[in-house]
Amino acid sequence: MTTDVASPPTRQRNRSRGGGLLPSPGWGYLMIAPALIGLVALYVWPFLTTFGKSFMDVPAFGPGTFTGVDNYTELLGDETFWQALRNSALYTAILLLGVPVAIVLAALIEQVSRGRAVYRVLFFLPVVTLPVAVSMVWRFIYNGDFGLLNYVLSLLGVPGQYWVADATFTIYAVGVVGIWMSLGINLIILGAGLQSIPRDLYEASSLDGAGRVRQFFRITLPLLSPSVFLVTVLTVISALQMFDLIFVMLRSVNNTALADSKTIVYLFYEKAFVEFDQGYGAAIAIVLLMVIMAATLVQFRLQRRWVFYD
Amino acid sequence: MRYGKRWVAAAAVLATLAATGCSGSGGGDGKVTLSYATWSDDQKPAMEAIAKAFEDKHPDIDVQVQVLPWPEYWSTLQVGAAGRTAPDAFWMLADQFPAYAKGNQLLDITDAVKAAGVDLAAYPKAVLDLYDTGGKLFGLPKDFDTNAIWFNKALFDKAGVAYPDDTWTWDDAREAARKLTNPAAGVWGIAAPIDRQGGYYNSIYQAGGKVIGDDGKAAIDSPEAISGLQFWTQMQADGLSPTLKQLSDTEAVQMFMDQKVAMYFSGSFWAQRLYGDQALRPHVGVAPLPKAKQRATMISGILNAGYAGTKHPKELAEFLIFASGRDAAVIQAKSGAVLPAYKDTQQGWLDVMPEFNLKVFVDAVDYAVPLPIAGDAAKWTDLETQYLGPAWEGKQTAADAARAYNTAINEVLAQ
Repeated sequence: MTTDVASPPTRQRNRSRGGGLLPSPGWGYLMIAPALIGLVALYVWPFLTTFGKSFMDVPAFGPGTFTGVDNYTELLGDETFWQALRNSALYTAILLLGVPVAIVLAALIEQVSRGRAVYRVLFFLPVVTLPVAVSMVWRFIYNGDFGLLNYVLSLLGVPGQYWVADATFTIYAVGVVGIWMSLGINLIILGAGLQSIPRDLYEASSLDGAGRVRQFFRITLPLLSPSVFLVTVLTVISALQMFDLIFVMLRSVNNTALADSKTIVYLFYEKAFVEFDQGYGAAIAIVLLMVIMAATLVQFRLQRRWVFYD
Repeated sequence: MRYGKRWVAAAAVLATLAATGCSGSGGGDGKVTLSYATWSDDQKPAMEAIAKAFEDKHPDIDVQVQVLPWPEYWSTLQVGAAGRTAPDAFWMLADQFPAYAKGNQLLDITDAVKAAGVDLAAYPKAVLDLYDTGGKLFGLPKDFDTNAIWFNKALFDKAGVAYPDDTWTWDDAREAARKLTNPAAGVWGIAAPIDRQGGYYNSIYQAGGKVIGDDGKAAIDSPEAISGLQFWTQMQADGLSPTLKQLSDTEAVQMFMDQKVAMYFSGSFWAQRLYGDQALRPHVGVAPLPKAKQRATMISGILNAGYAGTKHPKELAEFLIFASGRDAAVIQAKSGAVLPAYKDTQQGWLDVMPEFNLKVFVDAVDYAVPLPIAGDAAKWTDLETQYLGPAWEGKQTAADAARAYNTAINEVLAQ
């Protein structure tokens, strides 16, 4: 999926068999064995155990007992689960607002003639910074009494808020940090997409009298659409998996807003690791997987309407 | 089998790689390596000194201290135990203990302790009781903590209020908090967070209530317990404390260190941090918690415990006994980090910070109550914000919140 959209397929055929260098398919398997073993050990096996556990009542330690679909029926009747699902959906929607921002920024950076790399690095830094460190800094920025944000707002005469302790604001406050953190990777993908657009299209259109804005909507956007699609799919997947920002920014025994701000992965963590209820946690994880699969599937269906492959 | 030879060769290469990958941990010199997991950077030097002292006595054993960040400590330990890769020795807390003991994850050191002739009377009984399983010993107490009033002398002087002392009752505390609160200066009389260990558990017992009753069920809805909660909710209602939102953004201890709150009821474990703040140090005073119907403080402590799945149970038991023994206690006391559990070693801790009246914490052992633990304690304590938060924020009465929380605790205990 990734390679399909990100880079145009190179149609180099492998040399036909019998060349002598790669005589046996067995060698091929042996060569991919490290990756394959890693894949099975780190993804396939944990997935299967999770799937199994979701049908069991598993105590903190030791084997579980089979309970059928009990975990799932309990889950569907659990208001905190639906609340978490709504929170995750809202958070995802907020992060999707970051995609147009990234497109415009990527186009602007492309226009910069000198020091383009500097901008890329600046925007990419949050991606390679520890989420925990980022969250600590933002906790300070959002602090209701001593925070930078409230200070700036006070200069503008706007009353300050407890951004991460008031349930009215928490998801949005966290969403802004999420957008900021994902911006870097999105800019790289979109930047690569922009550079693959042939220059002569712009030259031809400007001869025909098209302005910058018109070029952006008529040439840049359609030809960038495969990259935009990739960015959108990745954003939705990572937004649905959000956990660390909530954990570091909101987790305090005095934070009554946390109960209303839990995302689905946070709920999973709480059930499986704080309350030691692994079966229930596993059921949440499986439901999350299905949600992500459904969301991705829908996007792939919808792409036919707006993604333009040349 | 045309390619048989190649397959064998390749398999051999892989096997060699796998073997070299594993050889790092084994070692051929017969030396036993034990890992010792903790969550405190502050205490790392003391723990390493204890490991070193142990290694000097046991040259064939190597102890490696690992500090795991607090947010990840319990999930790492739990996953490690389930995956048979848990550290050999580690710190255990009372609310987590039942799940590990019940799940057979802890090394039984009953016989080793008996064989070593350890006198259990050397440890505070209340701390031993926290880890009582009815016979078996799964570790020995490392340290303990009690609670007292941390107060800021400068703020008391400025407001012209007499310092707290051992005659103080709740009324005195309220009265002082009222006089100390000065909104114009951004100063509050007291910090009233939702804090079970340093806060409302203490007041519940001071009022003569209990968190868990003698029948093993929740008792937080009794009139006495409710009045214990009201001590705190009233402070919030009267505006004598920063609000819950403020305490969520800035921890109570930080508020105290910033000299924004004059009184902070909390544990002995802050001593080192408060002492380390040069500007704050001369202003810090310590006094016993105020009494109501009776005097009471929570007592809690860390257990040095071992993993049942260890490769070296004998050496591990020796290390656990040493790490909670007298020599280790002396090392801990000198580091100033915590109050060691071993009897008569506490003076060392008091001597490191002579300006603080820390003896209050040691004397508090006489009227200390073990932290209430029952059933899946980690699970029901995790619900406290949800149920008690509304009372602290004035959206619900303490009585209503207590009743709702009581029901929730009993639901967890019934599972």
